[in-house]
Amino acid sequence: MATTEYLPKQEMPDPGPDQILGPGHDNNTVTERIAGIVYLPLTKAPRKWLIGAFISFVFVNILMGAMWVLFTKGIGIWGVNIPVGWGFAIVNFVWWIGIGHAGTLISAILFLLKQDWRTSINRFSEAMTLFAVACAGMFPILHLGRPWLAYWLFPYPNSMWLWPQPRSPLEWDVFAVSTYGTISLVFWYTGLVPDLASMRDTAPHLWQRKIYGVLSLGWRGSARHWHRYQKAYLLLAGLATPLVLSVHTIVSFDFAISVIPGWHTTIFPPYFVAGAIYSGFAMVLTLIIPLRSWYNMRDLITMRHIEAAAKLMLGTGLIVAYGYAMEAFFAWYSGDKYESFMYWNRVTGPYAFTYALLILCNILLPQLLWIRKVRLNITLVWILSIIINIGMWLERFEIVVTSLHRDFLPSSWGTYIPTVWDVATYAGTIGFFLFLIFLFVRALPSISIFEVREDMHHAKHLQHAYEEKV
Amino acid sequence: MIEMPHSSQHADHEHGRDSKTVGGFVPLESLLEQPRKTVDIAALREKLAAGRGPTFWRTLEEAAETDDLKDYIEQEFPGLSGQIPQGVDRRSLLKVMAASLAMAGAAACTKQPKELIVPYVRQPENVIPGVPLFYATAMPVAGYARGLLVESHLNRPTKVEGNPDHPASLGATTYFEQASVLNLYDPDRSETVLHEGRLSTWPSFTGRFSEEAQSIAGRKGEGLAILSGVTTSPTLISQMNALRNQWPAAKWYVHEPSVNPAVANAARKIAGRNAFIAYDLSKADVIVSLESDFLNNGPAALVYARQFSARKAVDEGQTPVRLYAIESARSVSGSLADHHVPVKSSAIPAIAYQLAKACGVNAPEAGTAAPEWLPAVAQDLQKSKGRCVVIPGEFQPESVHLAAYAMNAALGNVGTTVRIYEGVEPENTLSIEDLTNDLNSGKVETLVIFHQNPVYDAPATLNFEQAIRKARLVVRLGQMFDETSRWSHWHIPEAHYLEAWSDSRAFDGTVTIQQPLIEPLYGGKSAHELLTILLGKPDQSSHDIVKGYWQSQIKNDFDGTWKTSLHDGWIAGSALGTINGNAAPLPALDMQPISGTEIVFRPDPTIGDGSWANNGWLQECPKPQSKMTWDNVIFVSPKNAAQLKVDKGYILRVTVNGRTVEGPAWVLPGHAEDSFTVHLGYGRKASGRVGTDIGYNAYLIQDAKTPWIAGGSITATGRQMGIADVQETQTMAGRDPVRMADIAEYRKHPDFPTMEAEDKPLPRDETLYYPNDFPYTGYKWGMTIDLNVCTGCSACIVACQAENNIAVVGKDQVARGRHMHWIRVDRYYHGNLDNPASYNQPVPCMHCEDAPCEVVCPVAATVHSKEGLNQMVYNRCVGTRYCSNNCPYKVRRFNFYLYSDWNTQSLYGVRNPDVTVRSRGVMEKCSYCVQRIQEVKIQSEKENRRVRDGEIKTACQQVCPTQAITFGDLNEKSSKVAKLQALPRVYGLLDDLNTHPRTQYLGYVRNPNEALQPSETVRG
Repeated sequence: MATTEYLPKQEMPDPGPDQILGPGHDNNTVTERIAGIVYLPLTKAPRKWLIGAFISFVFVNILMGAMWVLFTKGIGIWGVNIPVGWGFAIVNFVWWIGIGHAGTLISAILFLLKQDWRTSINRFSEAMTLFAVACAGMFPILHLGRPWLAYWLFPYPNSMWLWPQPRSPLEWDVFAVSTYGTISLVFWYTGLVPDLASMRDTAPHLWQRKIYGVLSLGWRGSARHWHRYQKAYLLLAGLATPLVLSVHTIVSFDFAISVIPGWHTTIFPPYFVAGAIYSGFAMVLTLIIPLRSWYNMRDLITMRHIEAAAKLMLGTGLIVAYGYAMEAFFAWYSGDKYESFMYWNRVTGPYAFTYALLILCNILLPQLLWIRKVRLNITLVWILSIIINIGMWLERFEIVVTSLHRDFLPSSWGTYIPTVWDVATYAGTIGFFLFLIFLFVRALPSISIFEVREDMHHAKHLQHAYEEKV
Repeated sequence: MIEMPHSSQHADHEHGRDSKTVGGFVPLESLLEQPRKTVDIAALREKLAAGRGPTFWRTLEEAAETDDLKDYIEQEFPGLSGQIPQGVDRRSLLKVMAASLAMAGAAACTKQPKELIVPYVRQPENVIPGVPLFYATAMPVAGYARGLLVESHLNRPTKVEGNPDHPASLGATTYFEQASVLNLYDPDRSETVLHEGRLSTWPSFTGRFSEEAQSIAGRKGEGLAILSGVTTSPTLISQMNALRNQWPAAKWYVHEPSVNPAVANAARKIAGRNAFIAYDLSKADVIVSLESDFLNNGPAALVYARQFSARKAVDEGQTPVRLYAIESARSVSGSLADHHVPVKSSAIPAIAYQLAKACGVNAPEAGTAAPEWLPAVAQDLQKSKGRCVVIPGEFQPESVHLAAYAMNAALGNVGTTVRIYEGVEPENTLSIEDLTNDLNSGKVETLVIFHQNPVYDAPATLNFEQAIRKARLVVRLGQMFDETSRWSHWHIPEAHYLEAWSDSRAFDGTVTIQQPLIEPLYGGKSAHELLTILLGKPDQSSHDIVKGYWQSQIKNDFDGTWKTSLHDGWIAGSALGTINGNAAPLPALDMQPISGTEIVFRPDPTIGDGSWANNGWLQECPKPQSKMTWDNVIFVSPKNAAQLKVDKGYILRVTVNGRTVEGPAWVLPGHAEDSFTVHLGYGRKASGRVGTDIGYNAYLIQDAKTPWIAGGSITATGRQMGIADVQETQTMAGRDPVRMADIAEYRKHPDFPTMEAEDKPLPRDETLYYPNDFPYTGYKWGMTIDLNVCTGCSACIVACQAENNIAVVGKDQVARGRHMHWIRVDRYYHGNLDNPASYNQPVPCMHCEDAPCEVVCPVAATVHSKEGLNQMVYNRCVGTRYCSNNCPYKVRRFNFYLYSDWNTQSLYGVRNPDVTVRSRGVMEKCSYCVQRIQEVKIQSEKENRRVRDGEIKTACQQVCPTQAITFGDLNEKSSKVAKLQALPRVYGLLDDLNTHPRTQYLGYVRNPNEALQPSETVRG
């Protein structure tokens, strides 16, 4: 097992859109291949990994610098003003939270629905969820005028007998996001335990075995362990499932509860959830397509996975498109002068180009995914996934900025122009997110080893039963 | 003060300086003790070219690094001589300076003046920390008194209010009085006597100046020139008269850059002597303003504003006054005009003559055809004989003033709406032009300048900066070391009006003794004290001088009268009577309409003539017409803007008689075509940290002969600059924040603002929640703002800033949309671009009963009081800004940075101790002046009674010249605010959102002339 060559020498072929695993795999090869990525010494790491990790680390430093300036000078370094009190920070918060949706959806809902193709990508998307939630969680704190008092949003007992104000959606956010973050972490860790035990047993160095040994919580793989594990995992999946719907619903309440035209809309909860899954899958594809190529995992993450994710994007994208259509329809149908002006201003006002880009990125271009050839073209799918990520960011920009900048009284209308620090903070969190991803693929099995084995086993069973029948 | 070694010796030597020496700021050169060796110019030129000399040099000696300079420096600053010529060593110099500053601080301890002053409301023995005292005094505005009550917290003046008993204030002020308290604590004020730019002392000045006085006495005053602004101070005038009696050859020049002498000259022609023509608008049905900003500008503006607003009443079936404003750029008064007629400023004299003719005055031919609207206006005037008034513009030439008086006489208005008061300005004074001529012809040896800054603000054609150098000795009394002080030999720090005793008269002659609220912070002196040196009685305090003068005037019961006058803020019976005038036959027209481009010069709306340039409150107060801050602009009509292809912020080049200045354009809807208004007061070169080097200096193209209206040309430069305005959109965009109707429409539908169902809020109980959860059984505070009388003068903005410690954020932050004003005045235009109607709408916090801001705050930092106040808890605020996003009125303001100046010590003084100074990252907004509410409530609880109606006045309400704002308890049905909110023309802003705002508006009712415009209800 403990060879020095962890990556296969030859290019592993993609088995095509009907297979979730390439041919010729057995229990050993699966463990070897997946854990091998982790065991690979740093000196042997693919050049692309090194370059990617370095660049993202540079951006982590940019984020630290931007935060330092922010904390010492104040929120004024950003472009926010009156009337546009929320800018990039909230746009990014909603965007990251949306991205964080794919993980739980894949792990919990698809698990409950017994979609076995999820196994190759669930671990990775769960990690992505955690990192996206970490990025998202940063922004509500950074955007505070007095970030050092952020703990006041938590209901902690204090001598002033002061509690948070429960009618505020921002308060609901605190609970929604922190619950989601916690459940995602527990769910992800629970799923990791059997794999950590495998790595404890197979890691080449003693220190690695010690670390994985501690992390695997004494897992021995007994039938009783497996029995309890499966119960717990099922329960957690059951608990996590409603959260997929609730988190973004509550985030959408930040807007829907307010009186501002463009925010005050009942369609927001479903439309936000669909948008979140849309962007979540887009981000999974954006990350997984280069990674499977760099680590030569085309036989583990196959076109089957990619096509399924593309179909989900297409579906949720259509729900989002319906949301946009309803916004336009109700702007007209309500007869409300503020509402109709808001929509007209979105389409023709100073930020009209962002709306045009949004429609292009989120609605028009993704329609290409109706075509199977496009879905099976790895390059096109990757480009589309990036376009959808951009589109979903623009959607949040539309909602936050163009609704605020011209609301009720013309005298108070204003313009929002992001500053270099807005951009630096945003780019910095992307760097932070990618850096965590890069570390993750080197530290933990990015594909669930035992679940792939399980699938393999099931497949063999099926094959066997089929042969017997014949 | 610490004195530099040998400085007195130098001062003595200085005395013998010959007249060839060029005056001005050349400190090192003039102090050389030894006879000077000439500088080898050729060698110096070579040296500088070779780059071996110092990079920066002030005198040729410094550049040449001559030995005598080094000797001198060695003598003055031992050990420094080796360093200074190489460029001053920062550390060494700082060491020397630090020592002198430390001593200066020790010497400048401030304490309560020993002279007895009398509190207005409470006795001084009742001084209770936390309970402010109010003292009556007055601020001279272009010489004329505005009676004030100044709030003092433990002997520290923090806020000024109008004195309700003073005839020129009636309790109101403009923003200048409000902002004047900031000037007192201005960290850039000059703090010491300076001699040729070097620290000196008051005793060394008095010693030196007494000698000068002796030499002047020897010449019988020949060569003595005194320059002051317009003054009405009886004490100063008597001192000056005594001086001129003593030395008949001494001359008194008066320069007031924002006052047109034609007004006083015309009054003198009409009355036959020094006079002031005033109007009584309380009896006027029709007012024609010939480019007069009578509600905002001039000694009686606040009185006119009060009378005008009373005549705008409509609620009891009255017919409101009708105002025709004929003007080039819309003025504050013009924003309330029923008919606003944009005409070129230079066309107004001709129009005045044509109108005079139509009113039956025998006027010479104007030479041009009368505009088509003129007969209708003339007819309207004729219909209201004795109940109308024609008001000539402050900056119009004499002919307009004479014609206006002739019209008023012909219409029978003299004695009813027009009164002539005995003049209060001094006789026999000369102008700044005379001074320049006398300086240039060498007639002036000693020039004493009180307060004025002619090097900056004299018209460019006079070239005063050259002329002032001809005087042998220039003494400047000024609050700042400014442009003029730079060219003066002696600079004496001037006491602020809140620091020194003086007196002044209102337009009707009423005298106010200006009592100080605080000992001069930096040992400032008054003009009275300076004059006593020349009068041979040095070392008299201004208290003794002023009291001494009045002792000679008030014969019986002086002590009692003195005390009462100080207490009341005015001397009873000191008003001068009215006198008779005589409509002289009108001379031939003194100004023909300028056929091409005309350039109109006006003092800046908030910076005035430039003397307010270092006042951050005024710099940041949005200018009433343009809503822009921190710059002066050139008003351009929309048509001209299209011709020039320019928009807001495009830089224009203005040329008048070959002189050129460049400034940014501002397209002003309703501005007269081919007329361009430039604003004076900016482009200061020495105005402290706030006012230096911002804007353009329009004085540089001002011609002394035609200072207010001149022919010129305008070209676009193609360049642009950023302008910080607080209101990007000035149309109503299909909404109706301001609701208005013509009087005919109003009579048919008194409830015109809420005629349509969509304007009405839902009934209070039409809700799923508990409608009567908050019954507001105690007090229920509310506010009403009458749009019918709001002129948009913006005094409320600065009053609020002064009361509530609102920070100044600077141009960059205003441009980013982060200004901090708790009350703003929105301006909306309606109608066509060339002559739209304009509306003003003050917007403070609405204090909604169902406030959208409160529900969204996650930490309960903004909450509702049981009296209906929407409160901000700064300590609890974490700064999510959600409340501001959810506020439909956008009245909340956020501290994006640490905007409040926590470091500048002198500014601590100006802060209201009853209001928190906000920190970085917290939200703030209008509190309905909760500190004032609490103060009165505590008092009423002690007396076991309810708060009386009118007992609480918010800062904006108190300052308002037209009393547009009313505040009080809505639960008390007899209160004024409750009565106003029961009127049919009341409406709530964005009421259809069901926010139930406590601040309500009264709809605007216009009274147009049917002959000029059919009646209409204008909805946005």
